[in-house]
Amino acid sequence: MAVTSDTIAVPVSSKAARFRVCATTGLRIDLSAQTLIKWNAVAGIVFLAIGGLLGLSVALTRWPAVHLLPAEWFYLALTAHGLDVLLLWIIFFEIAVLYFAGAVLLSSRLAAPRVAWAAFALMLIGGLTTNVAVLQGGSSVMFTSYVPMPAAPHFYLGLVLFAVGALVAVGVFFGTLVIAREERTYQGSIPLVTFGALTAGIIAVFTLASGAIILIPTFLWSVGIVNAIDPLMYKLIWWGMGHSSQQINVSAHVAIWYAIAAIVLGAKPLSEKVSRMAFLLYILFLQLASAHHLLVEPALSSEWKIFNTSYAMYLAVLGSMIHGMTVPGSIEAAQRAKGLNRGLFEWLRKAPWGNPAFAGMFLSLVMFGFLGGISGVVMGTEQINLIMHNTLYVPGHFHGTVVAGTTLAFMAITYLLIPLIFQREVRFPRMARWQPYVFAIGVSGISLFMMGAGTLGVPRRHWDITFADAAFKFDFPDTAYLMLGLNGLAALCAALGGLMYVIIAVASVFFGKRIEEAPVRAGIKPKIAPPGAAVGTYGSAGTLHVPGTIVLVGIFFIAFVLYYFVNWKYLAEVWPLR
Amino acid sequence: MAISPPAEHIWWHQPIHREELIWIIVAFLWGLVMFFMMIYWHAFGQQNLSNETYRITPEAFAAKTQAMIDTYQVRDDNGIPVVKPPAGGDVYLMGRVWMWYPHLEFEKGQSYRLHLSSLDYQHGFSLQPVNINLQVQPGYEMVLTLTPGEAGEYGVVCNEYCGLGHHLMVGKIYVVER
Repeated sequence: MAVTSDTIAVPVSSKAARFRVCATTGLRIDLSAQTLIKWNAVAGIVFLAIGGLLGLSVALTRWPAVHLLPAEWFYLALTAHGLDVLLLWIIFFEIAVLYFAGAVLLSSRLAAPRVAWAAFALMLIGGLTTNVAVLQGGSSVMFTSYVPMPAAPHFYLGLVLFAVGALVAVGVFFGTLVIAREERTYQGSIPLVTFGALTAGIIAVFTLASGAIILIPTFLWSVGIVNAIDPLMYKLIWWGMGHSSQQINVSAHVAIWYAIAAIVLGAKPLSEKVSRMAFLLYILFLQLASAHHLLVEPALSSEWKIFNTSYAMYLAVLGSMIHGMTVPGSIEAAQRAKGLNRGLFEWLRKAPWGNPAFAGMFLSLVMFGFLGGISGVVMGTEQINLIMHNTLYVPGHFHGTVVAGTTLAFMAITYLLIPLIFQREVRFPRMARWQPYVFAIGVSGISLFMMGAGTLGVPRRHWDITFADAAFKFDFPDTAYLMLGLNGLAALCAALGGLMYVIIAVASVFFGKRIEEAPVRAGIKPKIAPPGAAVGTYGSAGTLHVPGTIVLVGIFFIAFVLYYFVNWKYLAEVWPLR
Repeated sequence: MAISPPAEHIWWHQPIHREELIWIIVAFLWGLVMFFMMIYWHAFGQQNLSNETYRITPEAFAAKTQAMIDTYQVRDDNGIPVVKPPAGGDVYLMGRVWMWYPHLEFEKGQSYRLHLSSLDYQHGFSLQPVNINLQVQPGYEMVLTLTPGEAGEYGVVCNEYCGLGHHLMVGKIYVVER
């Protein structure tokens, strides 16, 4: 398929791929990319449905008045919950996003579709293998599978296969970028959303390689070939996968925020330079986050902990804080350009709140910042971690990032992918209007109430904080029980929102009304390619004011600073340690 | 738009808007404040980890713990020895499935060098309701100096998952007036 220099003007090879032209956006879509996006997204949604249900059973067990599952099932369900939603749902959907941002947004053919199918098969086989291992009962080791607690060999083997498959899929995405450039399917630089997806892809290489590097020896250990795995080394490298994979999510969902703002509102980044540099900060510094899990560990020095946990002086946090301003800023600028200029917030009040793609995206943005972002930085402070490590505060934090942030953003973009990629109308539009709100209310409850219980010392991954069967007991305060009850209610609400999403997605994909398309053709330029002069002026200093956004980030900043120092005060009240 | 190539080929030449620039500077400075706050706390705060750690085998740690129990045991809690070591001395606490061993008695306001290790899997030392949480690793002996603040009975909950009996693992630390 190589393109020689004399044929470069005429992209011969792209004629081999079959394209259609999207009637809504004018994008040229490679049919094999379209099918792969579909199947990766569908696989992700299936694992979301399974993992979400398991999550509900975990929350209902933690609710002392309900205490749904027996202990063995609780630990099994918790292991499978982490695996299915944190790894399988998110990575499958991310692969779909990468193919979308690579092939579709660049109007290019997908590199090596057969290899992409092989990657899909590897990921699916790997994911199913590990699920089987967990369901067989001998591998309730939690998603993190800390050594020396052993799991069945196929538990690790499945994870390795999945990681390798995902790595290959990321390679297909990189190949697609190379092809698009060589065949000149776009002019100039890649779009910001593709740039964000590329960031996610680069971080994914580091992440998945870390996973393979630690899980292959652990697999060998489980079958008796390797003698021992050092538990600290395991943790350090495993979190190179475990935490960095969350940074893939951040890059991917920030790219989705920009994409939804662009597609729904025609928003353009305030400044390409600023937004792209913020993504670059992710690539350079996010990988240090393994340290977040090692702050109260023996054997590591405080110098190491401080440098790494702060992403080298909070430079990756800086990236997120920049996106947290430029995304709403670009929306405000687009809305003001349409004449919604009254007061500070007319642009926000009159935003399309009834459009689930926009509503989900904006809720994801706000909750990621306020719930997941602030709590993550506070918990990741070396000394403050002493009063939070391994309490329910930890899952409270990451349900604010991964569920309220990433999952909600992925749900939001689904409402755009259904017409664009699946070529179907969204079924149950009235239910779809409500879905992001129901899910967001539930998830914010889960996040807040778990953090609340965590500050009272309630441990994570714990079946029974009443210690009914234990030889010795500790009485947690009544407030802790109240928090766990409220967490159960919030989980019911989130599960309802998740169920609505799955119903809408499945019904639309399989039974939605078909959207008629222009006939399949090759070599057509996308409609939306060259931005007009009006939007081209966003970035020019002096022409743009986003006072509403300034107020929003001001509120965020004050909340951040106050919460940060309140936690130092809590720490100062703890018994002296040195 | 963010889904199409930037208007200017070399996007680096695009100007940065003043409102964006101010936010970047504020966020960057805030990052520095948070970074130096951790260093400041090492110099002036009371809650820091010593970073003192030794490699040790489970057998050796169990032997040290047993030697302490043999010397300083004062009573027992349903078969688990309660140890009252001298103030300022070395105290050993080991985690194993699914108990903390032994139980400890401290005097309020005195300092103790607490040694933590695990005999099997990873465990989580979670002192409640004080809410001090430390990771306990097999093969590593972590040492820190602890100064109990108030008299009372405290629970040591395990907060690292350590198998199907994880929720049964609760130890005790008693703090008495001098």
